[in-house]
Amino acid sequence: MSSIMAAKVRQKRIAQLIARGKRLDGREPTDYREIQLESGLIERAEGSARVRLGKTEVLVGTKIEVGEPFLDTPNEGVLTVNAELVPLASPTFEPGPPDENSVELARVVDRGIRESKAIVLEDLCVEPGKKVFIVFVDVYVLNHDGNLIDASALAALAALVNTKMFNYEVKEGEIKIKPGYKPLPIRNYPVAVTFAKIGDKLIVDPWLEEEHVMDARLTLAAEKDGKICAMQKGGYGYFTAQEILEASKIAQQKAVELRKLVVKE
Amino acid sequence: MSQKKPEKLIDENDVRFDGRKLNEMRTVKIEVGILGNADGSAYIEQGKNKILAALYGPREIHPKHQALPDRAALRCRYHMAPFSVQERKSPAPSRREQELSKVIRESLEPSIFTEYYPRTAIDLFIEVLQADGGTRCAGITAASVALADAGIPMRDLVSACAAGKVEGRLVVDLSDMEDKGGEADMPVAYMPNLNAVTLLQMDGMLTGEEFEQVLNLALEGCKQVNQLQREALKAKYEAAKEKGKEEEAEEEAAE
Repeated sequence: MSSIMAAKVRQKRIAQLIARGKRLDGREPTDYREIQLESGLIERAEGSARVRLGKTEVLVGTKIEVGEPFLDTPNEGVLTVNAELVPLASPTFEPGPPDENSVELARVVDRGIRESKAIVLEDLCVEPGKKVFIVFVDVYVLNHDGNLIDASALAALAALVNTKMFNYEVKEGEIKIKPGYKPLPIRNYPVAVTFAKIGDKLIVDPWLEEEHVMDARLTLAAEKDGKICAMQKGGYGYFTAQEILEASKIAQQKAVELRKLVVKE
Repeated sequence: MSQKKPEKLIDENDVRFDGRKLNEMRTVKIEVGILGNADGSAYIEQGKNKILAALYGPREIHPKHQALPDRAALRCRYHMAPFSVQERKSPAPSRREQELSKVIRESLEPSIFTEYYPRTAIDLFIEVLQADGGTRCAGITAASVALADAGIPMRDLVSACAAGKVEGRLVVDLSDMEDKGGEADMPVAYMPNLNAVTLLQMDGMLTGEEFEQVLNLALEGCKQVNQLQREALKAKYEAAKEKGKEEEAEEEAAE
């Protein structure tokens, strides 16, 4: 436990260092930890990706099923994002129904994908108002060492890019699966960038001990043209308007770097 | 009852479908202390939104393991009545309501001196009776007034307002139809005297430039809301003062 709950002394040290623009692990304020990305490791899933962000580890798998569209979007497929904080990932995670942290994680990841219109949902309609494809994105946190949002959003994007749809034809209203696969139609690549505010300083990609010290958290998602497509503040502290604008500019730059890991141009 | 979506939400003269200008908020009405049992309460109408906020506490915390050794635990439940929206909403808490309960709690906690009441609970209940877009902001606005009404020591009032982009134009205080038909919505909560943004979310797409303008629009809205909150709180105590004077006069007359 002592390694998880940063001792008070250590918390103080982290805060003092950040006040001087330094971090305990030697990173610059706007540096990410080392990121490793692997795609397609779960053969049973339509798409999958694992992101290691320092010691944080997130696995995302996608599944595609046939279902009904929402009433207000009869011509579009459905995107569903779910997040599981699996008990093996941290001594603070407990089995049971999703708590507010996993609900928030799933909804922030969902917001980036949905608002940037990353998936061409119109192409996933089989029969308007009756039959569409549902894309399930399941975020599985395997090791929690801070900044689950960025790791999950990146893994979710990589898993979507990795997703293969079966070929099919429609005969008398029934879907007949044909041999072969094609990629899921993707038109945008949203990336989340999360900041922690410690004292009056902003740092990107907080790891767990920095999260214990932070006053507040701010996530911005940027899409491929640099527009901001989603945002979420968390934690009990606050941001000034100037800090928010500063964060939005850094996020736009960082998103370009992160996106290169998933989309090779 | 259902509203029909107009062909255009904003006409060529920058007039919105409900007759508002781009930077004009809906009519806001706030009433303070309207629930008998609660330690503090407020009711807000913002356009067609009708929302109640009630505060209980600081009080004994149950279950006990939720007690915090150094401060009060602020607990918050944002909930929509089944009849508050077009399609009946199941009364079970949805994922959206769970998330909003969390962000609302985090938007109000910085305003409260929770350290004055260790090991207790401050319970906040927000019930949306009728929803028309911007319920989280109106809920926060009402909740902060309810906190003040309960006499909880606070650093500042938290005032909330959304801004966004609809049909290419930047607007303040989006209604439900503008939210659904628009391009972006950014709810913001703000403590004006501390220049502290305590709730910040966005969905939709904005360029860097628009982002800055929308944020400023929302902050301007928050400042207006702050005035209304103050007036509502003053009105309650002025009414009480008037009543006290009348009673005194009656007593004197009886003597």
